[in-house]
Amino acid sequence: MALELYLDLYSQPCRSVYIFAKKNNIPFDLRRLSLLDGEQYGEEFGKINMIRKAPALRDGDFCLAESIAILLYLAEKFQTPDFWYPADLQQRARVNEYLSWQHMAIRMHGSKMFWLRLLIPKVLGVEVPQDKLDAALEDLNGSLKLIEEKFLQDRPFIAGDHISLADLVAIVEVMQPVGSGLDVFEGDPS
Amino acid sequence: MELYLDMHSPPCRLVFLFAKAVGIPFEFKHVELSTGQHYSEEFGKISMIRKVPVMKDGSFILTESIAILKYMVQKYSSSVADHWYPADLQQRARVNEYLSWQHMNIRAHASKVFLLRAVFPVIMGSEVPKEKMDAAVEDLNQSLNLLEEKFLENKQFIVGDKISLADIVALIEVMQPLGTGLNVFEGRPKLSAWRERVKKELGEKLFDEAHEVIMKVGSLPEKMQNNSQLEMLRPKFQKLFR
Repeated sequence: MALELYLDLYSQPCRSVYIFAKKNNIPFDLRRLSLLDGEQYGEEFGKINMIRKAPALRDGDFCLAESIAILLYLAEKFQTPDFWYPADLQQRARVNEYLSWQHMAIRMHGSKMFWLRLLIPKVLGVEVPQDKLDAALEDLNGSLKLIEEKFLQDRPFIAGDHISLADLVAIVEVMQPVGSGLDVFEGDPS
Repeated sequence: MELYLDMHSPPCRLVFLFAKAVGIPFEFKHVELSTGQHYSEEFGKISMIRKVPVMKDGSFILTESIAILKYMVQKYSSSVADHWYPADLQQRARVNEYLSWQHMNIRAHASKVFLLRAVFPVIMGSEVPKEKMDAAVEDLNQSLNLLEEKFLENKQFIVGDKISLADIVALIEVMQPLGTGLNVFEGRPKLSAWRERVKKELGEKLFDEAHEVIMKVGSLPEKMQNNSQLEMLRPKFQKLFR
């Protein structure tokens, strides 16, 4: 049985897994999941991932949740090129540092903007108070600033000269608010 | 190796406990969060993110406790036993799965309950609204349910028969609200039994030493009240209560 990836491409962590697998020619069966339709609450999916979130991986009878864990599993199992998750102690630490920091920072803030600008008003039809939007934008800008000043600095990529998992995880999060019409790249050449 | 730590902070207790448990030598550099030391110019040169823990190994500076733990495991691989971060693909994936999930779940919820109970009244000058407190405790309970049902199941430790990084990462967070008088272990025999096993593996004396400060957290409000940096810290803490 081929490796299965349960993904909803509206979700940032699903995109990072999808891009990584495709880019590295990792064979998998795509199992599309619609989070907006609540498919993650179905009985079948509950057996794959009782946390009921996407992405999820099924490899034979081994099931795994959490995009970071899935990315690391795929990198190791399929022996992807070193630059994705460098063996070098300090470079690997830089990637791990970003992968850890991003959960409660850009991931949280990018998602919130997407919800406040798109999902809540357009899909749920509920108006969002301006002060909530302003606070969320401030948080998002704070995270983006840290990505530039601490994680990138004057390097081409987070770990140095080459792209790594850190950049992949970062870019899918930064793109999320863009989908709701907020151009986060405006005025920010780096 | 220098570790910049405030033992009130769970991720600080995490790196402290692990380094001590496996015998990694380090110099303890105290950072007092309650007086805003992390906003000082000096600390800003160590880490512009202004959080703890921070590791300084020679000229290499690293933040984020999970990254620091993995760095220690890799650097000291010849002396750190395999079970902490197993080389086996699936077992390692289980550790990574927990390490990833916990940020926005147990960590976020246990910290929030702690902050609301220990720090909110000092910062806001009023009691925590009941609704807010109840919601925070409910979130924490749901996380604890998942910890028991999905991550522990009927195993001795999160990965199986042996302790790993995941268990320490979990336990130091679960301990956080304890000092404020909220006994999260009450009515949870499975969790209590697991706690005892983890304590035993780490060493009871070491574990108690690491948690001494957080168990005496009753004195924290007074310390903060009398501190000149309170006005500067107030808006920063207010954000955390949202």
